[in-house]
Amino acid sequence: MHLNIHMVLAQLMLGLNNGVFYALLSLGLAVIFGMLNIINFAHGALYMLGAFVALLGYTKLGPLLGMPGFHVNYWAALIVAPLVVALVGVLIEKTMLKRLYKVDHLYGLLLTFGLALVIQGVFTNYFNVSGTPYNAMPASLKGVVNLGFMIFPKYRLWSIGISLAVCFGTWFLAERTKLGSQLRAGTENPSLVQAFGINVPLLVTLTYGYGVALAAFAGVVAAPIYSVSPLMGSDVIITVFAVVVIGGMGSIMGSIVTGLALGMVEGLTKVVYPPAANTVIFFMMILVLLVKPAGLFGRE
Amino acid sequence: MNRLFWAVMVVLGLVAPFVVYPVFVMQLLCFALFACAFNLLIGYTGLLSFGHAAFFGGAAYITGYLVKQVGLTPELGVLAGTVAAGVMGYFFGVLAIRRQGIYFAMITLALAQVVYFIALKAPFTGGEDGLQSVPRGMLFGLIDLGHHYQVGGKPLDLNLYYFVFVIFCLGFWLIYRAIHSPFGQVLKAIRENEPRAVSLGYKVERFKLLAFVLSASLAGTAGATKSLVFQLASLTDVSWHTSGDVVLMTLLGGMGTVLGPVVGAFTVVALHSELSSIGSWVTVVVGAIFVVGVLAFRRGFIGELGRLLKRSL
Repeated sequence: MHLNIHMVLAQLMLGLNNGVFYALLSLGLAVIFGMLNIINFAHGALYMLGAFVALLGYTKLGPLLGMPGFHVNYWAALIVAPLVVALVGVLIEKTMLKRLYKVDHLYGLLLTFGLALVIQGVFTNYFNVSGTPYNAMPASLKGVVNLGFMIFPKYRLWSIGISLAVCFGTWFLAERTKLGSQLRAGTENPSLVQAFGINVPLLVTLTYGYGVALAAFAGVVAAPIYSVSPLMGSDVIITVFAVVVIGGMGSIMGSIVTGLALGMVEGLTKVVYPPAANTVIFFMMILVLLVKPAGLFGRE
Repeated sequence: MNRLFWAVMVVLGLVAPFVVYPVFVMQLLCFALFACAFNLLIGYTGLLSFGHAAFFGGAAYITGYLVKQVGLTPELGVLAGTVAAGVMGYFFGVLAIRRQGIYFAMITLALAQVVYFIALKAPFTGGEDGLQSVPRGMLFGLIDLGHHYQVGGKPLDLNLYYFVFVIFCLGFWLIYRAIHSPFGQVLKAIRENEPRAVSLGYKVERFKLLAFVLSASLAGTAGATKSLVFQLASLTDVSWHTSGDVVLMTLLGGMGTVLGPVVGAFTVVALHSELSSIGSWVTVVVGAIFVVGVLAFRRGFIGELGRLLKRSL
């Protein structure tokens, strides 16, 4: 096979682009797992919901309000969609997840699996499963940039940059601020933290809201690249689970790094052996389980 | 449970094809066996596998291929499917048992996704179409399982039905024996308190692996039989929806009860066939039942009944 360095770099960039979505999603899962001890199976569905809020805000909201000229543009969607989904998340936590903290954590997985089916099922009924294009990309992000080794779409470069910024912002929030230290303390020993007068149930609710907002944010950023489909979440979530198994959910930086690295591994596989690109992450998972069962950054 | 109860059950099973459409009853039996096999893990060992469709569907493909392309007789085909699922279960088990709880569920789900991709891409599986027109064949080379008897003007495939019924009874009996053996007691001890089971000197990992292989093999038996009944092995059989369905069956019927998975499987299969007219809203209904079941009904039908009667069913 003729391995061209330009081709490798190009696929690495595209892989990195997938990687930032893996990082955002696995980061959200890790944040939620740290505080609630559950795996949020609805994460993929809420990622999809985020993309749909952006799409519907752009195409349907104006006519619905009787103002056909009104659009929620891309920049607004970047803020609004995560907020809407965070609100949905807060409702889910307040009405359902809250009741499950005292029982086996597996029930949290089952509940969120049910929610994922409901959300995905509703959207499958109203929207084309092969996807609807999201045409709200701002003019300033259209076009291409010459990176020297390849011509890269400007939007993809932006999506990598903004996602990395959000990832590291989350890391900073959790590891370097007062709120973050309360969160981490709440993870370690909720009753002791509560005894210091910190409202732990509120922290838990906010954490879940923030985690799913990250998923929705990823959904909005992904919307102009991939088309918006009811199945986009279930396609990606199983891969993200494998990412989480590989990285371990012990550390925030761990999930970010693992997500980025695996995106690039996937990209490289597309150059070396394309048929394996869909499954390479799962094989990496098997390898890690054999060599380091607790995961690369795990602390079991 | 007393002998009379089991005798009534067997008689019901024997007369069922004359009352209800036989293929439907066979479908119920296949999924009931699938759910019972799954329950051996979640209900008695406390391991949540989210990848059991890999064994069910994987065996369906292997049996379908061997019966159709190699010309194996149906009983050998089912046996081969069972063994193949057991081998797959061994590899899944060895990997997944390295992690606990939630990770276990995610690992099995991810591994099952690999099987799904293989079923989608491999040259012998028929891709999106699945493996179609699998012959039912001659049992032991003698009895035609495709034969239809005319009973009261209706064609009934009784040969196949009783073949499936016998397989179900054997599988169910095996699971019943396993649960009520010393082996089953150790599994329950692991479910209740793993560190204590370790401290008592039990090789917990080995017990978990054995339970996993047994569960996977029987899930394979169910899938292999299903491929003969419907003459089809399809991508649905290996998809995560099927893994989710078997979790729901067990949850609804009652985890850790002997009869629960059977009742749950009957409920979910009947639900799917009753609601087939509303298309993809079925997913929404199934999801909603999941949510309600987890929030308000964690013991399941048989679990609640057992609590009322104050005995273990």
